[in-house]
Amino acid sequence: MAERYDVLVVGAGPAGLAATQAAAGYGARVGLVDAQSTQGGQVWRRDVRGAVPPDAAAAFRAVANLPNLDWLAQTQIVAATQNELLVEHDARARSLRYDKLVLACGARELLLPFPGWTLPGVFGAGGAQALVKQGWPIAGKRVVVAGSGPLLLAAAATLKKHGANVLGIYEQAAPAQLAAFASRLWRWPAKAAQAVALRAALAGVTYRAGAVVAAAHGDAQLRAIELRIGKQMRQIDCDHLAVGYGLVPNVELAELLGCALDASGRHPRVAVDADQRTSLANVYAAGEICGIGGRDAARIEGAIAGHAAAGAMQAAQAMQSARRRARRFSALLEMHFALDPRVRELATDDTVVCRCENVAWSALRDFDDARAAKLQTRCGMGACQGRICGTALAELGRYARGGLRPPIFPARLATLADSDFASIENQTAQ
Amino acid sequence: MSAFDLIVVGAGIVGAACADLAAAEGLHVAIVEPGPVGGGATAASMGHLVVMDDDPAELALSRYSQQLWEAYADLPEAEFSRCGTLWIARDEHERAGIAAKIARLAQAGVFAEAIDANALYELEPELAPGLAGGMLVAEEAVVYPPRVAEFLVKRATARNARLYLGRRAQRLVAEGVALDDGTRLSGPVLVATGCAVPELLPMLPMRARKGHLVITERYPAFVRHQLLELGYADSAHGNAPVSVAFNVQPRPTGQVLIGSSREFDDSRDISMSTVRTMLSRAFAFLPRLRYLQALRIWTGFRPTTPDGRPYLGAVPGLRNVWVAAGHEGLGVTTAFGSAGLLIDQLFGRRPAIDPAPYLPLRALA
Ligand SMILES: Cc1cc2nc3c(=O)[nH]c(=O)nc-3n(C[C@H](O)[C@H](O)[C@H](O)COP(=O)(O)OP(=O)(O)OC[C@H]3O[C@@H](n4cnc5c(N)ncnc54)[C@H](O)[C@@H]3O)c2cc1C
Ligand SMILES: Cc1cc2nc3c(=O)[nH]c(=O)nc-3n(C[C@H](O)[C@H](O)[C@H](O)COP(=O)(O)OP(=O)(O)OC[C@H]3O[C@@H](n4cnc5c(N)ncnc54)[C@H](O)[C@@H]3O)c2cc1C
Repeated sequence: MAERYDVLVVGAGPAGLAATQAAAGYGARVGLVDAQSTQGGQVWRRDVRGAVPPDAAAAFRAVANLPNLDWLAQTQIVAATQNELLVEHDARARSLRYDKLVLACGARELLLPFPGWTLPGVFGAGGAQALVKQGWPIAGKRVVVAGSGPLLLAAAATLKKHGANVLGIYEQAAPAQLAAFASRLWRWPAKAAQAVALRAALAGVTYRAGAVVAAAHGDAQLRAIELRIGKQMRQIDCDHLAVGYGLVPNVELAELLGCALDASGRHPRVAVDADQRTSLANVYAAGEICGIGGRDAARIEGAIAGHAAAGAMQAAQAMQSARRRARRFSALLEMHFALDPRVRELATDDTVVCRCENVAWSALRDFDDARAAKLQTRCGMGACQGRICGTALAELGRYARGGLRPPIFPARLATLADSDFASIENQTAQ
Repeated sequence: MSAFDLIVVGAGIVGAACADLAAAEGLHVAIVEPGPVGGGATAASMGHLVVMDDDPAELALSRYSQQLWEAYADLPEAEFSRCGTLWIARDEHERAGIAAKIARLAQAGVFAEAIDANALYELEPELAPGLAGGMLVAEEAVVYPPRVAEFLVKRATARNARLYLGRRAQRLVAEGVALDDGTRLSGPVLVATGCAVPELLPMLPMRARKGHLVITERYPAFVRHQLLELGYADSAHGNAPVSVAFNVQPRPTGQVLIGSSREFDDSRDISMSTVRTMLSRAFAFLPRLRYLQALRIWTGFRPTTPDGRPYLGAVPGLRNVWVAAGHEGLGVTTAFGSAGLLIDQLFGRRPAIDPAPYLPLRALA
């Protein structure tokens, strides 16, 4: 049985919530889908310890108890066409039909391979943050936070709040790059205030720029990391390493639908016009799926997409200048946290690149095409379909990520067999 | 203009096997392939090495070829897994046909044994109750075809073959072939382009018969043999617009690979209605399959001639042009035998099996 929506929103982070609020405000029948059990996306993930931040609380309140909204939690997207999504909820298939679709799928962390990165005890920075917010015990553990970007501070602050002994935060960007970033931050007062608050929360914790984790050591479990600062190497004993090199848009659903992607950077983002419309007339995209820009940009773009999807073009247009301003911040991030080329040279011959299929760097070196590498080495053939290894290889300058095949996420065979879905165009390169 | 003893156009499993054999015979070979080696039907296939006995010509070629595959049983790239083929009889009627099948296979030198219902469930506990029995061909195997194609091409290049990768043969020219970048290669041409044969040889009819496959996460020993329903051949040879058959395979990784469907359709799109029918068929034989997690669905195209047999031989009316294509759903199994038949004809030798049923001449009759 299929549900029908005027506007269907995928992703209940800041962008998706804003789109939902805007579209529902016109009385449209709206569906809001997220794989997770609660709203908030990445930045507003519920913290078992902390209070809900006021802006998040306001966003949740704005969509609570709306009679014309269906909130579809823990719902995974399996396949998509231009007017229907096949989803799985509670191990059952459901079809969601739509007139307009808003993609607010956010971003994921960029993980780069280095010797030891697959050891138990090594996490993504955002990944560790999410675990801890969900109640994973970290109190008293020695943790190093490393990688790149503002997320490191947010992650470290969460870890510390939950009682971790944060040994240091190591940012790969050079000190001069960071100073230049800080000197421009005053133009975004909210961001500057956020940064100040984070630094205050992290008082006493070492923060070093120009530092890269070159290796993680341990047998069955992480014991120590090797840090490269300039020409010096230093070893730090620790229980956990939380390391992430920034964020990458989750474009897979858009790609499968056939939305045009902007592939000018190392990682594709969904291309949109000023009304957040993608190359498909009834599909909109907002937030980090359109490029990494933080929650303010996500909120604004989400609202524009919601207004536009409901047909309120004037309301959408009224927000253009706010959008441009917020997006200038993205450019600033990209410039000042640009990766040091050395970060791309950490993997050694036996460093595993594809975790799903256990493929080492030495096996991949000779390929310049994702499909050939996949066929010959199985790299990217696993459950993540290259989301992690393909993204890393693109970052390392090897080759662009290969196309995705349905299901978008692993789904029960019964879900595929029970659906009344017609056909899935194969829009991606094979 | 570069001169060769043989220009192999297309490096699927068939072209790769031909190029490898030609190079081993001492010929100076060129190989032209636009995409990754083995990236066509070869990459989409289930890689089941199976003898089919319903057509004598198919039986001869698949048996001959299967024996040649034994040389690769220990090759790591082949990921050769001798899981055996277990043909399943749903009812007494299907079971009654098994004795004749065993006799036909025995004549071709293939050992197969009848399996009663009890033994069937010992071999495959996940099978649905109520099945009548089956037939086990224990020596059969599954392989991973694209890596074998790559291995063969590499071995050929180690024997002085020249690989034009990323290049497409645009047209045949007198005494050779013109590539899409303007390069001309001269020498006898072997067209091994699978479904794309009519682009270069419009007189040889060929259609793409689409198949859907679904692969799961890892469930080691969920099934242990390559499972096929005895009705499979009817699906493979029938002319229904869409047909499905129960065809489930344990990959060496522990994944379960689920086929198979057949329909004439040129688009790569996944037809969910076909997937549904195919999966429902599989659930009828393996009820608990429905609870496994699917990782991916893909489609592939079987190069299909009007009579279902490949074209292997000289192209009538053209000088020094040969063809090896049109293997439908059996081209991995029959790749080495096809190469043997073709290269023997090229040298004017008498092939190991009768080449007549595969001669392209029949298409023009
Ligand atoms: C791991 C991580 C941690 C972060 N932590 C912080 C932080 O602490 N502070 C900060 O300022 N910024 C943080 N960010 C940055 C943050 O992503 C953005 O600032 C902001 O959340 C972007 O909002 P969004 O709505 O575009 O996407 P997101 O907030 O990422 O929301 C996207 C939502 O879509 C859902 N989704 C995606 N695809 C599907 C699908 N196919 N089916 C169903 N649901 C789907 C996801 O479950 C998610 O809930 C973090 C980012 C990441 C990746
Ligand atoms: C779903 C499915 C399941 C199957 N399962 C099995 C199985 O279990 N067992 C089995 O034995 N068989 C199976 N098959 C059949 C088998 O895959 C094919 O018969 C076999 O791969 C055909 O090989 P080929 O080399 O002729 O074609 P292909 O692999 O398609 O190779 C042709 C090559 O020619 C290239 N080419 C095309 N045009 C040009 C040009 N102009 N110039 C240069 N190169 C060109 C292409 O890029 C391609 O690489 C299956 C097929 C499918 C679709």
